[in-house]
Amino acid sequence: MNTRIRKSGPGRQHWWALLLIGAVLLAVPFVAALGGQAWVRIANFAILYVFLALGLNIVVGYAGLLDLGYVAFYAVGAYVYALLASPHFGIHLPFWVILPLGAALACLFGVLLGSPTLKLRGDYLAIVTLGFGEIIRIFLNNLNAPINVTNGAQGITLIDPIRIGDFSFAQTSIILGVSVSGPQKYYFLLVALAIMIIIINVRLQDSRVGRAWQAIREDEVAAKACGINTRNIKLLAFAMGASFGGVAGGVFSAMQGFVSPESFSLMESITILAMVVLGGMGHIPGVILGAVLLTALPEALRYGIQPLQQALFGRMIVDPESLRMLVFGLALVLVMRFRPAGLWPSSQRRRELAESAD
Amino acid sequence: MSEHQVLLEAHDVAKHFGGVKALHDVSLTIRRGEIYGLIGPNGAGKTTFFNCLTGLYKNESGHFIFDGLRLAADAPHKAAEVGIARTFQNIRLFGNMTAIENVMVGRHLRTHAGVFGAISRNSATRTEEAAITRRAEELLHYVGIHERAHDYAKHLSYGDQRRLEIARALATEPKLLALDEPAAGMNGTETEALRLLVEGICRDGVTVLLIEHDVKLVMGLCGRVAVLDYGEKICEDVPAVVQKDPRVVEAYLGGSVA
Repeated sequence: MNTRIRKSGPGRQHWWALLLIGAVLLAVPFVAALGGQAWVRIANFAILYVFLALGLNIVVGYAGLLDLGYVAFYAVGAYVYALLASPHFGIHLPFWVILPLGAALACLFGVLLGSPTLKLRGDYLAIVTLGFGEIIRIFLNNLNAPINVTNGAQGITLIDPIRIGDFSFAQTSIILGVSVSGPQKYYFLLVALAIMIIIINVRLQDSRVGRAWQAIREDEVAAKACGINTRNIKLLAFAMGASFGGVAGGVFSAMQGFVSPESFSLMESITILAMVVLGGMGHIPGVILGAVLLTALPEALRYGIQPLQQALFGRMIVDPESLRMLVFGLALVLVMRFRPAGLWPSSQRRRELAESAD
Repeated sequence: MSEHQVLLEAHDVAKHFGGVKALHDVSLTIRRGEIYGLIGPNGAGKTTFFNCLTGLYKNESGHFIFDGLRLAADAPHKAAEVGIARTFQNIRLFGNMTAIENVMVGRHLRTHAGVFGAISRNSATRTEEAAITRRAEELLHYVGIHERAHDYAKHLSYGDQRRLEIARALATEPKLLALDEPAAGMNGTETEALRLLVEGICRDGVTVLLIEHDVKLVMGLCGRVAVLDYGEKICEDVPAVVQKDPRVVEAYLGGSVA
């Protein structure tokens, strides 16, 4: 049993690995900046998606509940921030008030969505959650009349950046003699949040609640017979996942300075789910890998494909945007064909899939 | 029989699936500290009775009084909470969890750490986790499979899986342990070991309700036996009497040859 406890605390060689990871994380925004601030923004989005994917991992990976409407909670968080820190209503609350508020409201929505779906599993649950995601988006799109709450499809602009006293995350400033740009500041904020959610994920996995989630995923009837209140434990998974979605939404809002319903389409939910599945459901390093790959690859394609086509054919043959979706789809098919448990699955998930293949 | 001697009373429990009457007004009384056998031919309604008792099915009429309180129908986790633990006829372990983790899930009910405890890993949570682990180890010892503690449940032998299921059920600190055909598919040696285990559990103060096909095991182990046939209780008495009851003989061997 000590193996479990040892696993969570880093050993001697782990310290070196951590130090290396830390150095790389520290270097990324400055290396990326050499190619322009756009690349720093891409790195930011990669980490934002790591955060989102790890939030969804609690629902899908741990509790085994297929959620196709995760983006709804992201949207709730984003709009809470946008409405409470922009000229739209003339309210300008500080971020440390809004982010927890967004998390709490998303959590509430998680419970709202969770409660009617408790008896559903698999495909049926996926359809209901998908519907929920769309409902939220359509609401945001149409809540500009009779009272203008969300400003409809135009979205909300001029959202305040995150600011601590006079220290704004939107401007470049000199820290310890190094010039740090706005996106670079957000990068470090996002890394801090990502580390927080990784620790939460790890600790939940090896806990009483984590075991209950796993038991429900394995055999719900047996879990009930063991005295687990499956209703509450499932709701807990929804609520936890949703609140992380809410936090991510708030940061997204502040970072972009602009939100509109367009950012919270079904495609977004599917992309986040694809990150979890493609990386390796329930396995934290796998999910991180999935999120980084699925954010970085399309961007690299976007920037790389145009010069490549120019060089090969002398002109543009395929529109980079459509090629992006093609490559994305192909990658999904190939991974699911050759590595059905994900690129970097946990040993446990590999066993489960091997079993169902028998 | 005085009040405090009774652990479970079933009153006219009935359950039907469409037109099939799986249970027809079954009443029985289980006393504290006994091993009570429930036998009957295939399809007699034994497992249906178990499922009603443990809240997996909702019985149409009738009710259960357990330890002086009426059981809520259709609430498995509540049945476990008041002290009814069960095993399943077709073993239902968490196959991709280790043996010890299976037993640790059984401790869920009697422990409290929530999300905040899990995330903060405060001293209360750590103490509780250590206690869960210790208790799970003890229980694996108790049923005799402690050397397989870190093997995945689905890799255990059939007999060991049965034992693990019993350990997981005991982890919920039951007053009544309901075993659904625990000896099914076991050979003579394994059955004998199981008999000793069940006797031990009973000696340690847990009342046992046993569904079993192995008549020899039931007759050797149980203080009293009830016989179900076509969803009706046809007989309830000490094994020696039940064995000679003409209705029981008929249920098992078919009607007398004219």
